Amino acid sequence: MKLPVIEPHRGDFTQAPAINPELTAQWLEAFLRDELVAGRSIERAVVGLSGGVDSAVTAYLCARALGPKNVYGVRMPYKQSSPSSLTDAYLVTEALGINECTIEITAAADGYLQFEPDADARRRGNVLARVRMLVLFDQSAKLGALPVGTGNKTERLLGYFTWHADDSPPVNPIGDLYKSQVWKLAEYLGVPKPLIDKAPSADLEANQTDEGDLGITYAKADAVLARILEGYTNDQLVARGFDRAEVEIVRKRLDSTHWKRHLPTTAMLSNTAINEFYLRPVDF
Amino acid sequence: MDVVNVAIVQTKPRKGKYRENLRDLRDVFSQAGADPVDLIVLPEAALTGYFLEGAVYELAMDSDAFAGDLATAWLETNPGKDVDVVCGFYENCEGTYYNSAIYLEIAGGKPHVKHVHRKMFLPTYGVFDEERFLSRGRRLQTFETRFGRMAMLICEDCWHAIVPTLAAVKGARILIVPSAAPGRGIDDGGELTSITRWRGILEAIAAEHGVYLLYAGLAGFEGGKGMTGSSRIVDPHGHTIVEAPPLGAHIIRAPIDLREIDRARAILPLLGDLHAVLPDLLADDELPLR
Repeated sequence: MKLPVIEPHRGDFTQAPAINPELTAQWLEAFLRDELVAGRSIERAVVGLSGGVDSAVTAYLCARALGPKNVYGVRMPYKQSSPSSLTDAYLVTEALGINECTIEITAAADGYLQFEPDADARRRGNVLARVRMLVLFDQSAKLGALPVGTGNKTERLLGYFTWHADDSPPVNPIGDLYKSQVWKLAEYLGVPKPLIDKAPSADLEANQTDEGDLGITYAKADAVLARILEGYTNDQLVARGFDRAEVEIVRKRLDSTHWKRHLPTTAMLSNTAINEFYLRPVDF
Repeated sequence: MDVVNVAIVQTKPRKGKYRENLRDLRDVFSQAGADPVDLIVLPEAALTGYFLEGAVYELAMDSDAFAGDLATAWLETNPGKDVDVVCGFYENCEGTYYNSAIYLEIAGGKPHVKHVHRKMFLPTYGVFDEERFLSRGRRLQTFETRFGRMAMLICEDCWHAIVPTLAAVKGARILIVPSAAPGRGIDDGGELTSITRWRGILEAIAAEHGVYLLYAGLAGFEGGKGMTGSSRIVDPHGHTIVEAPPLGAHIIRAPIDLREIDRARAILPLLGDLHAVLPDLLADDELPLR
């Protein structure tokens, strides 16, 4: 006689993390209301709209939390930006009915870059990101608004962003969501399909894609990152079905970019050193 | 008294603004006192917010001073009415700092501190950093009230099964749990995973020992960390009879019938069984653990 054998259902270990988008949207709307309105007495948000899914999701969340009339979508094209980035960003402002404007950053960026003709793509990209940060903060000051960040957890963990630029807004609703979770949230929120379907890109050069730069798809990077953060070693991940080369790409980027997730390193000289001994929460 | 009218106030304090939050509490007391109420329970760090880091030393209070503030807020809004109040606060006891909860009886226009429980399990991992700033409470005490014997457990105190178990063995029939629980876990069903976990813990404790559980959860976001509210009253059969949503300030209220405790224990006499076996368990020569 053979007895039926019952074993636990095992989810696929190598899948990107799941998300309940409705629950997440509710939580993040409450987060935005608490952090902006209740915490800082600021009712308006400024979001830089790149034409990508991260900034679109952020704009949708802000519109739900604060009302569309209190959200300002700012498009900041450079002369080499893809025209489709502008039109895709326009899809967001049109769908949401939020305030929108376009501020061309070419003159500002080239005002500096003209003196650095040999700057490579990485340096140029960092300059553009920092000019955009400048615009977002100044527009926020003009409007009595707060800049809201659009960096997702994947790019934060991989260090795939410009330090003190993309990460500089004081409030970020999607920074603990992996890219694949942002896509699911975008579908739930009703972000226009072209923004969800297109390949993510920093839009610095023609045909540039994030996944091409990183050497791994977001779906795989998210799965590997999630397991690394849960404490698995490379060998354990490979034994459980991950590709070693991909695990190593992710681990290397993660381990070489911890500094990007911190404030500047300050020499400690006293027993009142800020953030070492003198500790106050951000909302105190 | 067989029936106790309980109101749990789920606060969403402004960070560090003790005086302003205390003013808000007067409105809450005014509202709560408009209906019959015998016992009001507030969350952990209810009038300061939970994550204070070094500012805890600025805001921590002597328990008598805190009792005086609570009593004044009640008596000014409900003159002549008696009530018992439980509230979490950061305590300064002659320069030693604790995460505490006070049980205050206000009777005949005067406050009487029946008990102060100092949190024993200070979470110091991941997002939590309590033991960096605070000292651990050293005693789990039950105490007599006009509604019977009770114990207070603060947040993680409740996550260690032995703590509510010992409180029940020592005679507590009502366990009061002020809490501040930062929410996490978006990959499961229709609520945050951490809320599901809390519900399971509280209902299991109530059902195992035949006790009422009064859980007061802090609400509001603190520097991105959203406190999950979800205040609840669990009956001695392990059923949640009323529950607040995770977000926002709320009052939940219910009359709790203390005779239900005896009925639950008659149906499922696990606590009586434990009384009989506990000495054997504790005499195990493998205890104390390494």
